[in-house]
Amino acid sequence: MKALSKKRRHPLAAVALLLFGLLITGSLYTAAGNISEAKAAETTAASQSDVDSGQKLFAANCATCHGMHAEGSDSGPSLIGVGAAAVDFQVGTGRMPMQMQGPQAQAKPAQFDDKQISQLAAYVASLGAGPSVPDEEYLDTTQGDAAHGGTVFRVNCAMCHNAAAAGGALTRGKFAPTLTGVTEKHIYEAMATGPQNMPVFNDSNITPDEKRDVITFLKTIEANGSAGGAALGSLGPVAEGLFTWTAGLGIIIAFTIWLTSRPS
Amino acid sequence: MSASNEYTPSTATGRIANFVDSRVGASGIIKEFGRKIFPDHWSFMFGEVAMYTFVLLLLSGTFLTFFFDPSMAHVVYDGSYVPMKGLGMSTAMASTMDISFDVRGGLFMRQVHHWSALLFVASLSVHMLRVFFTGAFRRPRELNWVVGGVLLIMGMAAGFTGYSLPDDLLSGNGLRIIDGVMKALPIVGTYLSMFFFGGEFPGEHVIQRLYSLHIMIVPAVIILLIVIHLFMVVTHKHTQYPGPGRTNDNVVGFPVGPVYAAKAGGFFFIVFGIVALIAGLFQINPIWNYGPYDPSPVSAGTQPDWYIGFVDGALRLMPGVLGNFSFEWNIPFPWGTNTLVLSVLLPALVPAGAIFAVMFAWPWIERWVTKDNREHHLLDRPRNAPFRTAMGMAGVTLYSVMWAAASSDLIATHFHVALNDVTYWLRALFFLGPIFAFWLTRRICLSLQRKDREIVLHGREAGIIQMSPEGAFTEKHEEIDVYKRYLLTNFVDRQYIPAEPDAAGHISGSEKRRAMISKFFFEDRVAPVTPSELEAAHAAHGHHEVEGDKADSIEK
Repeated sequence: MKALSKKRRHPLAAVALLLFGLLITGSLYTAAGNISEAKAAETTAASQSDVDSGQKLFAANCATCHGMHAEGSDSGPSLIGVGAAAVDFQVGTGRMPMQMQGPQAQAKPAQFDDKQISQLAAYVASLGAGPSVPDEEYLDTTQGDAAHGGTVFRVNCAMCHNAAAAGGALTRGKFAPTLTGVTEKHIYEAMATGPQNMPVFNDSNITPDEKRDVITFLKTIEANGSAGGAALGSLGPVAEGLFTWTAGLGIIIAFTIWLTSRPS
Repeated sequence: MSASNEYTPSTATGRIANFVDSRVGASGIIKEFGRKIFPDHWSFMFGEVAMYTFVLLLLSGTFLTFFFDPSMAHVVYDGSYVPMKGLGMSTAMASTMDISFDVRGGLFMRQVHHWSALLFVASLSVHMLRVFFTGAFRRPRELNWVVGGVLLIMGMAAGFTGYSLPDDLLSGNGLRIIDGVMKALPIVGTYLSMFFFGGEFPGEHVIQRLYSLHIMIVPAVIILLIVIHLFMVVTHKHTQYPGPGRTNDNVVGFPVGPVYAAKAGGFFFIVFGIVALIAGLFQINPIWNYGPYDPSPVSAGTQPDWYIGFVDGALRLMPGVLGNFSFEWNIPFPWGTNTLVLSVLLPALVPAGAIFAVMFAWPWIERWVTKDNREHHLLDRPRNAPFRTAMGMAGVTLYSVMWAAASSDLIATHFHVALNDVTYWLRALFFLGPIFAFWLTRRICLSLQRKDREIVLHGREAGIIQMSPEGAFTEKHEEIDVYKRYLLTNFVDRQYIPAEPDAAGHISGSEKRRAMISKFFFEDRVAPVTPSELEAAHAAHGHHEVEGDKADSIEK
């Protein structure tokens, strides 16, 4: 301890202390973040009682903006005909009920459990025909073709979501989120219903099989990790350039100073 | 030479050395070159870093040529990377995929090549910034400054031609922009594009053509320029920072042999090691994420490598229309309507052209304004040339604004701001940023100079508070040592030179303009401390310290 306290006036002591503090804070934050993650299961049986319960939930939580009978208001669109898939996606990813007004609804921990979500979905689906929650068959990545899915993804999705699905900016504060960690079902539903600013990719545009290929592609690259080392956020040349100018040149400058320093 | 006089070595090593020496005269070269003195300062080493990364580029690049096939013929990928199996792509892309996933050590070598390319241009740039801000480009080194600038451009050219070779989606989008810029050139544009791509974009030839440029012409020019550059460095001798014992006529430092050569040689391996470490741990240009080139898709987050970023940023900042004014002009000619796309032409060519033009011309601009045509081997501390430092920072700011604009989408997503606002702010900064940077930098430089003056005249604050018998508190000031004082008082003092008449007594228009710029640059100035001022200050101090007056030690 004495040896340590002797070094407390070392020029690098402040830096070391700062790094130590950051490391502790970071580890605690990561640990806390991991614990509060929830996992989802699924049930898909829609009975009249589900619809009734859904209506009650809707009236209590959604009607303020979407209207008592989902007919829409100045603050929210009509939900007649959006289908069960739209509800399952919006409520299942926590986007609805909205956390705050903004350019677009942001994902947050889901506010309802799976049963309640399916009840809400059943209610909205009962109001008019729309895309339904996809069958398991179309979410099975063992049956998909990753290579074809990649092609479909690059042509239809990469311009907003980035070729490596890292996400990207849209106009006026809107954005396409990263697709890492999004469940198969939600990816499918997003394509089918076009949430927020996303266009709808209906079944004649991208067939259910192709949707499964896209999901397979996304899950494959997610599982593959990044060949060749840390991916630096998969952000492409900007991250690489930033790394060159900070870490790369930084290390080199440290060495040049060491090489040209003389004992004094 | 008589046989009796000839030196006969006694050891085997000596005999070999003597054999070589008597045939190629190596000892003469070593005697001459080995005694060259290089001053030691960390900021002098970026040129070396550039050279070493270039050697790395040659080594890793040679490895890559063994496996890369620059053909645009279509093949079906059948390599190890599953998410791309069965996709149609060009042979260039397929062979790059093979280098990445099926050639032993291939991915590592690709990453070494790409990371060293980024570091190569970065160290070139930092080296040029060092040369600029210390005034090392002044006579006699103006031409070497120009050679360095051409090297930077060639470095960018080498980077861009190489970046496009894998024929992946990302680089293909970059080539599409080049195609667009070419086509925006009036009259020759379409022809130029057709010649370059061998038909309509993307054609089937461009990769081979870029490959020839990338592995032969551009590196050959770079090697030639490096040789010229180093030859001139040896001829001019290295510059040095000012200090006691360092004059315009000497160089204080280590001779090349043996210490400096050992350090420099070791430094090569350090750079090699750093690049290898980065290449081993961090992914770069994952073409398998981008997929093969196809003219229809464009991915979000599509950017060029950092050194082309400022041009991309300028393109992003440029509005297509301003109110009702369109930057796309349709000019009716007798043979039909021709289009002049200023929204592409202006941002693609003008900012880059202006930055490089001013950069190349700066040694002459400075000589013209300051009328200083002397040889300079002693460097300026940046604060002692406020006008130059401020101009440099204005340029750096202009560049950085465009550079930031190239990542406007990532700034928007990562800082949760609107993309439109980022663009508006950067547009404003494009015009106002350099002016503000000029003003601020000059003020900082002048303040630092004033602080230097104060330290010379009143000494360093010792942190020792003394109480006088009557109870007043004063801080003791310590006089700085003579070496430090030398550094703070000896610098080139540039002053405003009013317009001077020529031999015929006439003041020309250009002389008036020169005087105007000179006034703008040097109107505000902090003069170095003169010996008489120093003496007066010392006398005053002695007096006041006896009196115990604190006012003078703080304010002067």
